Amino acid sequence: MAKKTRKKSKKKTTTGSRTVKKRGVVSKERDRETASKINSMTNAIVKSSLAQRDPFVEIPIRSVNNMKYNAKKRILEMGSSKQRRELFNAGQARKFMQMMLISRGCKDLIEAEKTLSLRGMYYMSLHTIEGTNEKTFDEQTESDGILEDLEVTIDGLREELHVFAKKRGTMVGNITVIDNGDEIDCRRMGTGGYAIPSICEPSVIQFKKSEADFILHVEKDTVWSRFNEDRFWEKHNCILTEGSGQPPRGVRRMLHRLHKELKIPVYCLLDCDPWGHYIYSVIKQGSINLAFESQRMAIPDAKFLGIRAGDFERCDLSNDVKIDLNDRDITRAKQIMNYPWFENKKPWQKEIKTMLRNGFKMEVESLITKDISYVSEVYVPERLKEADFLD
Amino acid sequence: MPSTKTRKKPARSKKAAKRSVATAESMAEKQREISVSEFFAKNRHLLGFDNPRKALLTAVKEAVDNALDACEEAGILPDIHVRLLQLDESRFKLTVRDNGPGIVRAQIESIFGKLLYGSKFHRMKMSRGQQGIGISAAGMYGLMTTGKPVHIISKTSRRKPAHDVTLKIDTSKNRAEVVTDKESPKSDSLFPGGNGTQVVIELEGRYQKGRQSIDEYLEQTAIANPHAELTWVSPTNETIVFPRAVDELPDEPKEIKPHPKGIELGTLIQMLERTEAGSLSAFLQSEFCRVGQRKASELAKTADKLSTKTITPRTRVSQLGHAEANCLYQAIQEASIMSPPTDCLVPIGSRALLAGLLKEVQAEFFAAATRPPSVYRGNPFQMEVAIAYGGSLGSEETARILRFANRVPLLYQQSACSSFKAVAETSWKNYGLSQPRGSLPTGPLVVLVHMASVWVPFTSESKEAIADYDEIRKEMKLALQECGRKLGTYLRRRKQMRKQAERRDIFERYIGEIAVCCEAIVGADPKKVYAALRKQAAKKTREADQKLDLDGKVVSHQRLEQDEDVIILPDRQFLTGDESETLFEGDASPAGGKKKKKKATRKASKKSSAKKKKTKKKSSRTR
Repeated sequence: MAKKTRKKSKKKTTTGSRTVKKRGVVSKERDRETASKINSMTNAIVKSSLAQRDPFVEIPIRSVNNMKYNAKKRILEMGSSKQRRELFNAGQARKFMQMMLISRGCKDLIEAEKTLSLRGMYYMSLHTIEGTNEKTFDEQTESDGILEDLEVTIDGLREELHVFAKKRGTMVGNITVIDNGDEIDCRRMGTGGYAIPSICEPSVIQFKKSEADFILHVEKDTVWSRFNEDRFWEKHNCILTEGSGQPPRGVRRMLHRLHKELKIPVYCLLDCDPWGHYIYSVIKQGSINLAFESQRMAIPDAKFLGIRAGDFERCDLSNDVKIDLNDRDITRAKQIMNYPWFENKKPWQKEIKTMLRNGFKMEVESLITKDISYVSEVYVPERLKEADFLD
Repeated sequence: MPSTKTRKKPARSKKAAKRSVATAESMAEKQREISVSEFFAKNRHLLGFDNPRKALLTAVKEAVDNALDACEEAGILPDIHVRLLQLDESRFKLTVRDNGPGIVRAQIESIFGKLLYGSKFHRMKMSRGQQGIGISAAGMYGLMTTGKPVHIISKTSRRKPAHDVTLKIDTSKNRAEVVTDKESPKSDSLFPGGNGTQVVIELEGRYQKGRQSIDEYLEQTAIANPHAELTWVSPTNETIVFPRAVDELPDEPKEIKPHPKGIELGTLIQMLERTEAGSLSAFLQSEFCRVGQRKASELAKTADKLSTKTITPRTRVSQLGHAEANCLYQAIQEASIMSPPTDCLVPIGSRALLAGLLKEVQAEFFAAATRPPSVYRGNPFQMEVAIAYGGSLGSEETARILRFANRVPLLYQQSACSSFKAVAETSWKNYGLSQPRGSLPTGPLVVLVHMASVWVPFTSESKEAIADYDEIRKEMKLALQECGRKLGTYLRRRKQMRKQAERRDIFERYIGEIAVCCEAIVGADPKKVYAALRKQAAKKTREADQKLDLDGKVVSHQRLEQDEDVIILPDRQFLTGDESETLFEGDASPAGGKKKKKKATRKASKKSSAKKKKTKKKSSRTR
C-alpha cells in the first residue's frame, strides 16, 4: 500500500511543478533535513524491534514542569526533560502507533511537496485497524496532540512537516506583504481584512513596504471591525491585527516578524479578565504548550494597553458592563499573578489585585456603552498619548 | 430435658375458700409421670418434626445418620439406599437400607421403639447421633400421623436368617410393642453383603425439591462422606446415585472420658453417685481423662481448702455431700489441667473434602483447610473448611454455606449457626470478593464448614445449628482465612492473567500498523518487523504472567499448584462466560494450563475421576 502512495505522489509532484506560481512552502533543503529526522527516528525503532529491544521514542515534555522562564531573553523556554513513549506499555501503545501513523503521513506530504491542514492530516491517518473495530484516531484533537509530540521529538516545526492550521486572525494597515508571490496591500482590504495565513515563514511571506508606527493587536474580530470601520489604522498610521481570542501560531509568528524585522512596537487591547491577561502573556513570553517555539514567536516588548481594572471608574462605565468573576477566574488570576514573568512586576500585581478586589471583569466591548466609537476615537488614542500601558 | 413434671402447690388465698378447691389429695390423683415419649410427642418441634416437609427430611436424616454410624463402626464402606414412595397427597413411605452390621434381635425394640436409648449418649465419642432420640422419634412420628408401625428387617450375618419385625411405640410407657415378628429368609436378597438393616416408616409429609430438601441433604451428605455411596429414589421415581469418591473408611474415632473442665456441677454430682470407684482419687482418675494420681491429689487438696470438711484423696466418694462436690467443682475450675486428647477426632480430611466437593460442585477453584484440634469447655473439636469458587456457580448470589457437624449436613437455622457468623465476620474483601457490611460475601462461592467433635454443641435437640462458642468461632475463622488466602492468590493470578491477555491484545492490535508505517517511512521489511514485535509482545506478557503482584511479592505459579489442598480446573472457567476466551488460546498461552489440569485429575484419584463423568451426567438431572 505504501509503495502505491509513493508512486502516486510522485506523479502529482510532476504535475504540480508545472503550475506557474507553485512554490514549496519550505525549502528543499529543510525538507530533506526533516525527512531524514523522521527516517532516523523510524530506523531506531526498526532496529530495536529486530534486536528484540523495547521500541520507544523520546518526547520532550510539554508541560509546566518542563518549562522555564528565561529572564534574560524574557521568553519561555522548554526544559530538557524527556518522556519515553514505549510500544510495550499498555497505556502508551496506542499513542505510539498514532505517532508512527502521523510520522508516515508527514513523510508522505514532504515527498509529495504538499501541505495539509490539521484536519486533513487527521483524515489522512484515519482508518480502522485490521481485524478490529477500533479506529486509529477517535477525534482530531488526538491527532493534533500527536503532531505536536512529533514536532518536539524531531525538533521540527509544523510547517516543516507540511501541516498547517485553520486560518484565524486578520490584518489591515499600512503595510504591503508578498504572500506566496502575490503582492498584498493591506491598506486596501475592505471590511474583511487580510486573513493571516497559518504559515508565515519568510519563504512564504515577505514584507515589502511599511511605514506603520505601531501595531495594535486586539482580542477579537468584533473590536477589530470597529477599528477598521473607523479607519483607525489610517489616522494613526499603524497595523491593526486580531487573533480571534488566543492567537494562533500564524498570527503570533506574523506579529513576531513584524516586530523583529521592521522594528514596529506592539500594543495589545484585550479584555480585563484572566483570559485576556493570559493572551497577553502568550504574545509576550510564549505559551506553555509551544514553549519550544517561543524563540520565534514571543515578543517580550509587547505592551498591554487595556482594558484596565481601573477603567470602570476612570471611564465612568455603568454597572451593566460588570461580569462577575467566577471561582475559576479567581484561581486562574491567582495563578497568573504567580507566573515568574508577572511576579516581579508591581504594576501587574496591582492590576490583577484591583480586578480581584473589583470582583468583576470587563470586555473591550463594554466601552461601546459610552459611545460607538469611544474605543477607537478616545480610549486608545488617549492611552497611547499618555503612554499609559502595562509592560 | 425434664423427665418428670411436678406442679407447685398454689398458695391458697382466702377468696379461694368459696371456690371448689382441689385438695392436695385430689390433685395428687392427676399428677403422674410423663414419659419422655409423651413429652416429645407433644413437643415434636424440638426434634425437628415441626412441619410436614421438615418432618420428612428429619426422618430421612435420622435413618441415614444411623446407617452411616453403624457401617463405620463396623468398618464397612457404607452403601445406603433411600427410597421415598408417595402413597397419597400427604402420605409417604420411607425406606432406608444399609449394608451395616445389622441389629441383634433383642435390641431391635429398644433401638427403634424407645426414646433416649442408644449407644452414643453416655460416651464421649465422635459420632453422628448423640442422644438416641432420632430414629425412634421418626418411628413415633410415623405412628402418630398414619397409625402404621415401623417395619424393620435386619440381618447380622449370612448364616443367620433376617429378622422381620414391626413395632409400635407405646408413648406412655416409652416402650416398643411388637406387632409382628418373624424370621424372613426371603428378605436375604435385600442384603447382598449378608448383613444390613432396612427400616420402613410410613409418615405424613410433603416432598418438595430445592433448599432444605431431601435432595439437598443427600447431596451434602455425599460431599461430607465421600467414602459412602448413596442411592436415592425420589417420589417422582428418579434414581440418583451419589457415587463413592474415596475407597477408604475414615479412621475409627476413639472414645474418650470426659474432661474435668467440660462438666457441670450437676453432672459431677451424678457421676459421684453412680461411680463404682471407692476413693476420691480413684474416682477422678477413672472417670476423667487427663487426671493422674498427682493431679487427683492436687484437686483434692484445693477442694480441702475450700471445704469445711476435710477432703483427702482417700476420702470415700460416698461421704462427699453436695457442699463437698461443689468444692471439688471449684477446685477443678481453678486447676490447670492438660487439654483433652485429640486423637478422638477424625476430621474428614482436606483431600477427602476436596474429592467430595469436586464431584458435587461445578466450580473451577477448590481449596480446603483443616485446623489442628482445639478445645471448648473441655470438649475437643476440630474445624475444617473447604471452598469452591467460580465455574457454573451463580456469580450474583450470596455465597452458599454448607454446614456440617460430625459429617451431618445442617440445613436449618443457618443464621443462628456459629459458622454463619464466622463466614460473615471473615473479611472476604481481602481475598477479592465483594461483601456487604456484616453479611455473607457475594459471588460464585460455596463455603463448606465442618465441625468434628465428641460433643457438638447444638442450639437445640433437632440439631440444626452449632452454638456460638468463642473458641469454635475463632477456629472457624482461622480455617476460613486460610482458604480465603488461597482463593485470593488464585483470583489475583487470574486477574493478572486476564490483564496480560488484554495487554497482549493491545500490543498485537497495533503491531501490524507499526510494521506498515516502518515500511512506508524507511522501507523496512514489514513481515520481519511484525514477527519481531509479536515475539516481543508474547515475551512481555508471559513474563508478567509469572510475577503475581499485589503483596509486592514475587509468587511463583508452582506454590499454589503444589499445594495439596488446592484444586484448579481452568477448563471450568469458561462456564462463567465472562472470561476472555483468548486466555489459553494460541501459541503464547501461559504454560500453566495443561499442567494444572493434570494435577487435578491426579488428586481426585483415578477411580473418582472416572466416576466424575458419571456424576456429572446423573447429577445434572438434579439441577
